[in-house]
Amino acid sequence: MAEDFEPKIVGFLCNWCSYAGADLCGVSRYQYPTNIRVVRVMCSTRISPHMVLRILREGADGVILGGCHIGDCHYISGNYYTERRFEMMEKMIELAGLEPERIRLEWVSASEGERFSKVVSDFVSQIKKLGPSPVRNKPEVAKKLEGAENASKSFRMKALVSKEYNLLTKENVYEEMLDPERLRNLIEQAANDEYERSLILTLTQDKSLSVKDLSKIIDVPTDRVLEHIVALRQKNLIAMEHPDGFTPTYHAIIIGGE
Amino acid sequence: MAEGKPVGSVMVVGGGVSGIQSALDLADSGYKVYLVDRRPSIGGTMAQLDKTFPTNDCSMCILAPKLVACGRHHNIELITNAEVSIVDGDAGNFRVTLKKKALMVNPDKCTGCGTCAQKCPVEVADEYNEATKKRKAIYVQYAQAVPLVYGIDQEACIGCGICMNECRAGSIEYDQVETIVEINAGSIILSPGFDEFDPTLKPEYGYGRFKNVVSSIEFERQLSATGPYFGTVLRPSDGDIPKKIAFIQCVGSRDKKIGNEYCSSVCCMYSIKEAIIAKEHTAGVEPAIFYMDMRAFGKQFEEYYNKAKGEQGIRFIRSRVASVSEDPKTKDLILKYVEKEEPKEEVFNMVVLAVGFRPPMSSSALSKVLKFNLNTDGFCDTKIFSPVDTTRAGIYVSGAYSAPKDIPMTVAEASGAAARAGSVISKSRGTMVTPKEFPPEKDISAEEPRIGVFVCHCGINIGGVVDVPAVTEYAKTLPNVKFATNNLYTCSQDTQEKIKEIVEEHKLNRVLVASCTPRTHEPLFQNTIREAGLNPYLFEMANIRDQCSWIHMHEPEKATEKAKDLIRMSVAKAALLEPLEKLEIPVNPSALVIGGGIAGMTAALELARQDFQVYLVEKEKELGGMLKLLHFMPEKGTDPQQMLKKLVSEVEANQKIKIFKGTTVMNIDGYVGNFKTKLGSGDEFEHGVVIVASGAMEHKPREFLYGHDDKVMTLLEFEQKLAKGDVKGDNFVFIQCVGSRSEEYPNCSRVCCTSTMTNAIKIMEKNPSANVYVLYRDIRTYGFREKWYLEAADKGVKFIRFADGDKPKVEHHDGKITVHVKEDDTDTTFLFHPDNLILASGTRCNPDNETIGPMLKVPLTKDGFYLETHMKLRPVDFATEGVFLAGTAHGPKFVDESISQALGAVARAITILSKDMLEAEGIVAVVDEDICDGCGICQPICEYKAIEIGPHPKDPEKKFAVINIGLCKGCGACVGACPAGALSQKGFTDDQIVAMIDAALEEEVK
Repeated sequence: MAEDFEPKIVGFLCNWCSYAGADLCGVSRYQYPTNIRVVRVMCSTRISPHMVLRILREGADGVILGGCHIGDCHYISGNYYTERRFEMMEKMIELAGLEPERIRLEWVSASEGERFSKVVSDFVSQIKKLGPSPVRNKPEVAKKLEGAENASKSFRMKALVSKEYNLLTKENVYEEMLDPERLRNLIEQAANDEYERSLILTLTQDKSLSVKDLSKIIDVPTDRVLEHIVALRQKNLIAMEHPDGFTPTYHAIIIGGE
Repeated sequence: MAEGKPVGSVMVVGGGVSGIQSALDLADSGYKVYLVDRRPSIGGTMAQLDKTFPTNDCSMCILAPKLVACGRHHNIELITNAEVSIVDGDAGNFRVTLKKKALMVNPDKCTGCGTCAQKCPVEVADEYNEATKKRKAIYVQYAQAVPLVYGIDQEACIGCGICMNECRAGSIEYDQVETIVEINAGSIILSPGFDEFDPTLKPEYGYGRFKNVVSSIEFERQLSATGPYFGTVLRPSDGDIPKKIAFIQCVGSRDKKIGNEYCSSVCCMYSIKEAIIAKEHTAGVEPAIFYMDMRAFGKQFEEYYNKAKGEQGIRFIRSRVASVSEDPKTKDLILKYVEKEEPKEEVFNMVVLAVGFRPPMSSSALSKVLKFNLNTDGFCDTKIFSPVDTTRAGIYVSGAYSAPKDIPMTVAEASGAAARAGSVISKSRGTMVTPKEFPPEKDISAEEPRIGVFVCHCGINIGGVVDVPAVTEYAKTLPNVKFATNNLYTCSQDTQEKIKEIVEEHKLNRVLVASCTPRTHEPLFQNTIREAGLNPYLFEMANIRDQCSWIHMHEPEKATEKAKDLIRMSVAKAALLEPLEKLEIPVNPSALVIGGGIAGMTAALELARQDFQVYLVEKEKELGGMLKLLHFMPEKGTDPQQMLKKLVSEVEANQKIKIFKGTTVMNIDGYVGNFKTKLGSGDEFEHGVVIVASGAMEHKPREFLYGHDDKVMTLLEFEQKLAKGDVKGDNFVFIQCVGSRSEEYPNCSRVCCTSTMTNAIKIMEKNPSANVYVLYRDIRTYGFREKWYLEAADKGVKFIRFADGDKPKVEHHDGKITVHVKEDDTDTTFLFHPDNLILASGTRCNPDNETIGPMLKVPLTKDGFYLETHMKLRPVDFATEGVFLAGTAHGPKFVDESISQALGAVARAITILSKDMLEAEGIVAVVDEDICDGCGICQPICEYKAIEIGPHPKDPEKKFAVINIGLCKGCGACVGACPAGALSQKGFTDDQIVAMIDAALEEEVK
């Protein structure tokens, strides 16, 4: 890896703990590399997964999220939701073929100035080890990230991830505790589905593709591609082009949406 | 009481968490507050703590927002570095003379940049860090200090003149002298806190002689990330990490020899906390706590203790350590102690002395100047039924100054003292405060963005690293930027004037300051642009100091590039800023108080005194609650029944209190300022706040033959008999912790030990030949209640300690009761045939909580008590705004504590009731009605219950999310969760955040 690679990193810090910790780090003059650009939010839970995926799609080499330590959230429970969402982000990034280590979630308190500098330094060297984001010279990775971004914006994913924490910690509408394993599998499956479906939509925006074409590009068995196409057609998101031969092709319907 | 109208201001002496809370409550209720501290900054002891029990919250994280709120509140005047020297006048109008030491720094000019301290050549011990590290002769106490003004320690300063040369703001003034400040205050609150016991007075522990013996507060600083060792515990002798750490409890507490008989109340818990944190910081550390009784009596403390004993693997040794000696070679420490009657010796690498509380050094001078009484231990004297009143009218007290206590009790009391201090002067509410007037806001809706950028040098703090002129030139090239300049100090008073002129001259409609952190400086600049006729939300900040120049001091070029990026990001957001309106919600100035016990009646009466209408609802036919059953108090000469009678008649005679007896609350609708309640009796009324004071009940035991033999009774049942003189026989046995500290009910019921003492003493007084035995696990007579334990023992009450899990056995033979108990220390089994077997039965929640809680949208603990917003700093508040909590509904507590909390709830309620209109947050969430389909996912995520799913305005068949602006706190949780993208957060919209992201990643064209 080139020695002079300077990663571009975007950070989201919550106003009350991690941003305050970053301020204290400055007050105490702990030095860290210049690669991070910080966006302040009131609470880490404000950050939607699609924002993080967008940052990566636009070529950033890493994204770091900072919140209050668990139990310390200024808004009582925001960081619990962040924790759940972060898992989804990692999953989506992995699906898109990027290293999940390109994103990191850290709890930094308002008194952990020195720790903030260590966290950033450590993250920067981790990203340096991973090397520049492949997005810059591999357009297909950008496409995949776009798919992931759209998947994470989908109603289904946002709904599941937003419900996850409450379903794990409280009784559901039947006054039963859901099996965490079951919920995890369900969310994992949904993430896979939504990602692959979004990707199919992204790929078929510019040109019509067949099930086999899609299978090859996204590396998913043909039968599953077809299942996705069925689901997408039900929602009127994709249309079939009548084939000359025996292989129909599909294109995304741009107008409308979920 | 002074003649004429009282003065509408209060002086608060002592700016720790107690004084801060009192000041904020009063300032939010229309009074002017003078907050006086003898130190240069406010914050007190809490600012020194690393973590707080039992939640292990970071102390600074939760305190700092209150510090900042105090510093910027326009009704609070901070008078630091000052001491009270003369007080004349009376309640309603005190004339106070303060002596303010010279800082040698002009606070109006000092920007808190810290260059002076970096260059100052004189190093001295840093008091904030308990001398575990050094500070300079010119200093601030700590990084987050409020006010953030440097000052010269005149004892240390050598007068070299370097700081004056370094200070670009010209704030150093060597010719300053002590000044006299005179103020008028209608009432006074004392919250000077406490001093730590000086451990050199216990020479047997070697403090001061052995380097590795430290005090608990020094250890606390060691644990802190801002402490001398950045959070890793190290041995002062050699810098090794100590593996074995011994904590010695009761150093300077419960110690007749040194003259402090009282218990310091908090040391058991803070030692457990320190042990847990030390272990968290370095795995493999082996803490051991040497104690006499483990006093984990507070809300959920016992669970914390159990966890420490269990999964955290901390050793607890019940023994008073006899002596500590040092191995001169290794500097290890040898502890000699007796456990279970067997002498033992053990080597530790470090020893922490859990030092107790002493009255503050200023105590006797304060009591002379302000003419109030101290108790025999030198703390401020208070009474059970007036826990925040001093012996002098118009002067109130809160926090550790009246008795050693923890933070939540201190904060509740601080609010309570604020209620009492406000009571004296409520007729003059609003007379000493002047709302700030601003010019009318310009309508910019039709204008294109015109952004002005102000880049700050911050002396050399930014300018010394970042190329400020180059950054300014760069800013001029950015889209929508119509003006850019740089200033030596953008926060200085003259720059504010300049900004206003430039906004006018260049017709700017958005302002960006690139300087320090918005956390401290945003409100200042927002005020400035309001004065220039712009909505305060048309302001944005780029943090190019704390998060750029200061952390990239050795990379000026990269720092300059980063500063440009940060400004580009902020410009992108600024272009999308919109004026935000702070909606106003009307307030109905009346209160619903649920529960007519001591807490409810106290709250009702105090609210009525301050002229607010009260609706008091009591389920029973008579007022009084549990107090009706209490006859003996841990206070000489206090008859609770007499106090109760007086209180009930006062409440019933008060015109402002409408009492509903024998009925319950059926339904509560609405939100802060505008509640509507329906009672079982059919009565309906509207009110602005709710105080929940619905109490608790005594546990009815299912063991020890209770219910099977008349000789067996609960403590409360016995107290009734004893009061009536209806007690037979000479043999009494008390069993403690019945239904408390058990697997089924893990927590301690707090009051039973002391009640046992008052009853046992009463038995001995009536019948000196009685045989009274108390069978216990730990005696938890915390604070001054310890004296009742000592008195019981003096009067001949015998105490037998049994082991946890080895409960006494009670049997029935031929009409006799037999009690078997094994004394843990000696392994001796004792046998009794008591005429009275008294079960110190614990407290249980009021079962009504389960129905009232959901009506108010407030949560309960596992034990069914109400759960406050924050265990430490918001002990009487609920997350649902406008709803407050007091008394045993919150958890078991004593009468004085219930009264303090009730008064505290009143002060918190008055911060709402005293306003005609409440101002809502500006950065609230909003719903796009066209997109929202009412899926309801956002609703449970909102901790503040600000979202309800209601019928759609355009199509009643459909549903959509309705945000109650009055309740929204602007965290954005719902926005992040909304699957439809229908929600957005003002000031942090998706578009604004995405614009920043895109700008961050934009490849620069240079």
